[in-house]
Amino acid sequence: MLNRNKNESTSFSQSHLDYLRSVKMHLLKIRLSQIGVLVTFLLFWEVAATLKWIDPFFFSKPSSVFTLILRLGRDGSLLKHTSISVFETIVGFVLGTIIGTIAAIVLWWSDFVAKVLDPYLVVLNALPKIALGPIIIIWAGAGMRGIIVTALAISLVVTILATYSGFKEVDKEKIKMLRTFGATKLQVLEKVVFPSNVPNMVNTMKINLGMTWVGVIVGEFLVSKAGLGYLIVYGGQVFRLDIVMAGVIILAISTFVMYQLIALVEKKFLKWRQ
Amino acid sequence: MYEILEIKNMSKTYHSLEGETRALDNLSFNVYHGEIIAIVGPSGCGKSTILSIIAGLVQPTEGEVVFHNKNRDIGYMFQSDHLFNWRTIMDNVLIGLEIQHKVTKESKNRVAKLLDTYGLADFKNHYPNQLSGGMRQRVALIRTLATEPDLLLLDEPFSALDYQSRLKVSDDIANIIRNEKKTAIMVTHDISEAISMADRVIVLSNRPASIKSIHDIKLTCNNERSPIKCREAPEFKDYFNCIWKELDIYVK
Repeated sequence: MLNRNKNESTSFSQSHLDYLRSVKMHLLKIRLSQIGVLVTFLLFWEVAATLKWIDPFFFSKPSSVFTLILRLGRDGSLLKHTSISVFETIVGFVLGTIIGTIAAIVLWWSDFVAKVLDPYLVVLNALPKIALGPIIIIWAGAGMRGIIVTALAISLVVTILATYSGFKEVDKEKIKMLRTFGATKLQVLEKVVFPSNVPNMVNTMKINLGMTWVGVIVGEFLVSKAGLGYLIVYGGQVFRLDIVMAGVIILAISTFVMYQLIALVEKKFLKWRQ
Repeated sequence: MYEILEIKNMSKTYHSLEGETRALDNLSFNVYHGEIIAIVGPSGCGKSTILSIIAGLVQPTEGEVVFHNKNRDIGYMFQSDHLFNWRTIMDNVLIGLEIQHKVTKESKNRVAKLLDTYGLADFKNHYPNQLSGGMRQRVALIRTLATEPDLLLLDEPFSALDYQSRLKVSDDIANIIRNEKKTAIMVTHDISEAISMADRVIVLSNRPASIKSIHDIKLTCNNERSPIKCREAPEFKDYFNCIWKELDIYVK
């Protein structure tokens, strides 16, 4: 948006150019402050650990975490653990989105089914699914399958409920409008319920992604074979806080990248909003 | 002028756990080809129910709707335009044809021509949020015309617009309906709108709605039947006062 305006800047008045510059400066200030917060935090941590204000054994320090990440990167274990966790998350996320959306369609289609299942969904939604972790690991196997099922258990109910409530909120008059043309229920779904819910579904995906990551990390805690969750638990057990920190940082970066990918999809599909 | 639709002794009762509500009570009227009928009545008297029943979306409790016309397609226009934000104007207008699997090159051309004729030629690839309220309502009308219905049902089509656009759009839409030789039944609570647009005005009573009177509107406006001009006709205020009184009795 700003770039486009810049290209046309010759036709603008001085006051408009000033306005554009002030908007740009404001954005720059925000970016710089964001970076500043991070840098200050890291610097303070580094200095505090070096000067022994905090015990580096418990708190580690940015420089040693950084060198550890480099070392893990060189010997390939970083890539291995990260790719395993990311893979599990992607599978869990995709399955959760597909199954959740299909379930929401079934609930929307049949009001009877929705009413029958309502109390079960409410209980399942309130239940802390992490409690099911140990059972799931036993049933689905202490491996990747168990981890993905744990992730699904955590993300699925929320996805179903959020998607279904979006489906139900579609303007009744818009559905009536389609029915005056003789639309079938499938056409109502295809022409209005689904497309009008794309923004809602993208938001649900964002929640779903966070939930899936929780499930994957919990699953890896329990299975303890590989992945970032394993790295973190292992580091904690052997009191290597730099490993824990490195795991958390890589985790944060992976989540951020995946989140941005969804935001990108959102931008692409919602061009009518501009 | 031949008859295209007959409403015979139509009644409607709604049931809910709190009890039953009689919305319509024994309504009968005929609709002739090419006329615009306005139905006015106090708010909440069940005016919209009449349209829903004619459209086949709701079943009447008693009575029947008899079509004397071969083309049973109806076009339904709502208070709000209900354009889909994610579709371009062209795609919005085509939605009815899409649903009826009638999108062909000819039908597309026909619809494009309608958009051209009614001043929307440059907006085919725009999205609805780039259009003004009046333009959007015109798009909504063309969407209902796209499936070539003979009968249009207008459910308070202008009440979401501000006063100025309302006059302009009602003018536009009355002209489009007459140009395209359609028949229309319009529900409204605006008496002036009803008199200025319609050939006949049906006045309903409070709930349960029954027909109080039917007025043939004959205005002398120099052969130029545009609603805005019609408001200046000398007979206008007589009709207005007459209908106003009929409605007024029931306002509590």
